[in-house]
Amino acid sequence: MTDWLHHLIILPILIPLMVGAAMIPIDERNRMAKGVMGFVSTLVLFLLSMALMRASASTEGFLAGTSVYQLGNWPAPFGIVLVLDRLSALMLCLTSGLALAAQVYSIARWHTAGHHFHSLFQLLIAGLNGAFLTGDLFNLFVFFEIMLAASYGLLLHGSGPLRVKAGLHYVAINLAASSLFLIGVSLIYGATGTLNMADLAIKLATISPENRQMVEVGAGILGVAFLVKAGMWPLSFWLPTAYSAATPPVAAVFAVLTKVGIYVILRLSLLVFGANAGVSAGFGQTLLVIGGMLTIAFGAIGVLASQAMGRLAAYSVLVSSGTLLAAIGLGHSSMIAGALFYLVSSTLTISAFFLLIELVERGRDAGADVLAVTMEAYGDADEDEEVDEAGAAIPGTMAVLGLCFCLCALLLAGLPPLSGFVAKFAILSGLFGLSGAEPSPALSAADWTYVTLLILSGLSAMIAMNRVGIRTFWASIENTVPRVFVIEIAPVVVLLGACIFLSLQAGPTMRYMQATADSLLNPSGYTERVLTAPRMGGQ
Amino acid sequence: MELILSAAIGVLTASGVYLLLRPRTYQVIIGLSLLSYAVNLFIFGMGRLRVNAPPILEPGGVGDLSRYTDPVPQALVLTAIVIGFAMTALFLVVLLASRGFTGTDHVDGREQRSD
Repeated sequence: MTDWLHHLIILPILIPLMVGAAMIPIDERNRMAKGVMGFVSTLVLFLLSMALMRASASTEGFLAGTSVYQLGNWPAPFGIVLVLDRLSALMLCLTSGLALAAQVYSIARWHTAGHHFHSLFQLLIAGLNGAFLTGDLFNLFVFFEIMLAASYGLLLHGSGPLRVKAGLHYVAINLAASSLFLIGVSLIYGATGTLNMADLAIKLATISPENRQMVEVGAGILGVAFLVKAGMWPLSFWLPTAYSAATPPVAAVFAVLTKVGIYVILRLSLLVFGANAGVSAGFGQTLLVIGGMLTIAFGAIGVLASQAMGRLAAYSVLVSSGTLLAAIGLGHSSMIAGALFYLVSSTLTISAFFLLIELVERGRDAGADVLAVTMEAYGDADEDEEVDEAGAAIPGTMAVLGLCFCLCALLLAGLPPLSGFVAKFAILSGLFGLSGAEPSPALSAADWTYVTLLILSGLSAMIAMNRVGIRTFWASIENTVPRVFVIEIAPVVVLLGACIFLSLQAGPTMRYMQATADSLLNPSGYTERVLTAPRMGGQ
Repeated sequence: MELILSAAIGVLTASGVYLLLRPRTYQVIIGLSLLSYAVNLFIFGMGRLRVNAPPILEPGGVGDLSRYTDPVPQALVLTAIVIGFAMTALFLVVLLASRGFTGTDHVDGREQRSD
């Protein structure tokens, strides 16, 4: 009776894959039809992932907690499986929410900039969802490649020398990273004879020392591939150029692409190298801490140094990645829930900001930002000529855009009362042990450095956003009011509204994150569910 | 057998990495191809080397694992080859587009100044 409900788990991969494929033969002149198809598909996905999240959050009933879908109906570890748990449901929800906003935004104008935008968009979602759902390392590679292939196409959407150059570097770096991915996966297979994540976690506990070394080498190489995607410091020089060159709706979805790397690192480090891993427990954490902190520092300096808003947003992506990587690396179990909250909040904010930038910059000179920052350094010449027109009304569009910009600035800098603040507060209170669940641990030098960097990165975001905001919105407004469609500003408002909702509903959200963190920190529940799931049909 | 395979992987990787770091797009794409050949051989090697052993069951041989080689790495290699092939084709398109836009085959889209 409830058998068919089981298939809900695979739908987040199947729907976008099929819709994306179905759109390819449709002529480009029917772009609007494609847009509507894509919108409906993403909307269904969003509702579906909401339902899946609700189901996995419940303690009993169907799909409660961790549930397993056996592709080909072979039990793990022999067959390949999809696994839905709280973390993957959360990521599905975040992805489809962002995709929905970006898609609506693209229909106004940007999807006309090139061919097959909507197909590539659906395939990107299919790859992302697959990467979040898979319980198997090699399938992770396959879904990663689907996602990357679609992202190459989307980055090049709109063409032009700048995008092609950024795309060339992006493709080359990701192809090299994919090679590392394969080397890592095959080393792990060679040493343990399994690719199933849950089975790997079990086998690692009882492995011989020489094979353990090989698994660790494999995991290290695999980690480099994910860190390239997540944008950890020495591996992230491609990211600001690529992200600021992409068209706005694409950049908005790319904000979640870096989070795939972080998702995999979070999942594997807690599942495979968690408390049950014996000697290998906590493998690579020192590197994550150092790399994460350097990433925050690099991102914060980049934010301050950016002259164009696109680059500012791209460096904010790095700050967000660094904060999460270092939080994972520090390894305090109380910080994970806060880090998850930060992941959701910062991704929503950065996406909204990427969408907003193009609206604000529309109708302005291309070099205006660069000029403004340079002018600031030398002092302004024509400051006192515009005094007489005091009281000029602000056009409505500029007022809405300005308000959205203010919200973005507050969220990026992590100032109260919005979710950026709640997220950072949750991370720090976890670090200081304020939640009361356990006695406050002695803080190491690394912990204090992290606290300092977290606060300084907020300060740098505040300074940079202030500077850009003053130059953009407090400038003389003749001829610079951009023409903005409602369906372009609506996604920005909705994404920022989601952040406000997160701030208002911080209590229930944190409870969900805490439950997610608890299940991640207790990997035996996950491995047991995956390895003992019965075959369907009852035999 | 082991020596030949490991030497082949080593030489392919070394040449691939060298070419990947060169400034011409054509060198980069050949470097990536060589690197993916090396990786494919490496995956194959991770299933342990067995000569004259099939990866699929024959009639009558069921249950005797010593007669077979591990089929999983071979399946993985097949997938990796297909994906690598598609990606190389895609990179080739980007490479040509870049050549068309900039008029040069330098990876940065412009020649380096000779100092």
